Amino acid sequence: MDLIASVLEGNRLSLARLLTQIENGTVEGRTALDALYPFTGGAHLVGVTGAPGTGKSSLVNTLARLYRNPPQADVPRRVGVVAVDPSSPFTGGAILGDRVRMRDLAGDPGVFIRSMASRGMLGGLAAATVSMVLALDAAGFEVILIETVGAGQAEVDIARLAHTTLGVEAPGLGDEIQAIKAGILEIADILVVNKADRPGVENTERALRGMLQLAHPTARVGSPHHGQADITSPAGDPAAKAPAEAPFWQPPILRTVATEGIGVDELYQEIARHRQYLVESGEWERRERARLQSELDMLLQAVLVSRWRQTVPQEAYQGVVDQLVRRDISPWQAVETLLDGHP
Amino acid sequence: MSERKIRVLVAKPGLDGHDRGAKVVARALRDAGMEVIYTGLRQTPEMVAEAALQEDVDAVGLSILSGAHMALVPRVLELLKANGQEHVKVFLGGIIPDEDVPRLVELGVVGVYGPGTLTDEIIRDVRRAVADAAAA
Repeated sequence: MDLIASVLEGNRLSLARLLTQIENGTVEGRTALDALYPFTGGAHLVGVTGAPGTGKSSLVNTLARLYRNPPQADVPRRVGVVAVDPSSPFTGGAILGDRVRMRDLAGDPGVFIRSMASRGMLGGLAAATVSMVLALDAAGFEVILIETVGAGQAEVDIARLAHTTLGVEAPGLGDEIQAIKAGILEIADILVVNKADRPGVENTERALRGMLQLAHPTARVGSPHHGQADITSPAGDPAAKAPAEAPFWQPPILRTVATEGIGVDELYQEIARHRQYLVESGEWERRERARLQSELDMLLQAVLVSRWRQTVPQEAYQGVVDQLVRRDISPWQAVETLLDGHP
Repeated sequence: MSERKIRVLVAKPGLDGHDRGAKVVARALRDAGMEVIYTGLRQTPEMVAEAALQEDVDAVGLSILSGAHMALVPRVLELLKANGQEHVKVFLGGIIPDEDVPRLVELGVVGVYGPGTLTDEIIRDVRRAVADAAAA
């Protein structure tokens, strides 16, 4: 219990150690999360995603600085940063280089930056990212910026985790057909054209605007935000929670030059406006519920599978695999054999 | 899902801009399966210690080619200790005159590596030192 009290008091070394325990999936980390969970739910989780090289880390750096030294009468917020970089699929090692662009945040006790490797996960986040964000939330960080692996079209896990997702683009990375594909653009609550001092910025912005106009507004509001097949909830359930009179959020498109701080004030204001929209429209609660339910589903699946595996003798399991290899049975028949106990 | 990866901070404190060596070592440690947090050029000892704390690393690799190692390294070690991270293993690479090495080792530096060092040697030493710390 020492560790937990210490994290809640704001001890940074304890927090750092807890994050390691969580990342490594230890029992100690899990027990601590059980105790910390009631202290979570206060933070505004802001996802930052986009292709490699669009300037996500620089944007996080500048945004975090703004939260620490806010314009006008805003109060400074404590900022947690979780930055995910890819693990090598061959060696399991990783180079986590996002801190290189975040040096302005050094020396500020109101900021805590943690790098993590994706460790084989393909959704743009790591398996433990959700839990690490919970720990930062419990430790009193009011805004948590979550930077995904450089992502493109399918890495949309971030939208399930974050309240507000920034989709970061840069000029010259793709043509219009990239913009109408599914993926990052559909999940973004705010679209950012970073490196806006580069040539081609008008084309990038026009492509994004065209894509937004193509999208059917009501379909966006009604569909489950994360776009993941929702197996357990009854059909039509999410739509019922988004009444027709709810104000519609049209993702704004902003131009920034993160390294110069240009356009970042406006981005900061838009993030605040989105938060306000979420709260007033009831979408905040709806997203929280959808997110917790999908996390519960994933956890259930993992636990059910591992519990079930313990009940099946390794020999029987390998026997079924042998049958599969010999093409005696199909994969579906193999599942039936294992679950129902008859071939 | 429970896995234990060695986490190493590779940092360049001081004012020289020669980061080739640091990058080669970072890449080699990555290829050895470690998670390497790379912080880039011109870090102060305070920045190095802060990053080591937030990232909860097992080891820190410092690369210094400016000649300021006798000022920078003791300061990093002191700050790590002040932060409660005396268990973190510190390695040093770059241009370090032989006569400075005994003093650095005495202060707590685990290994000092000059030009021509094989990366295999560094990997082996990091693994061994981290395993020793875990066993202790």
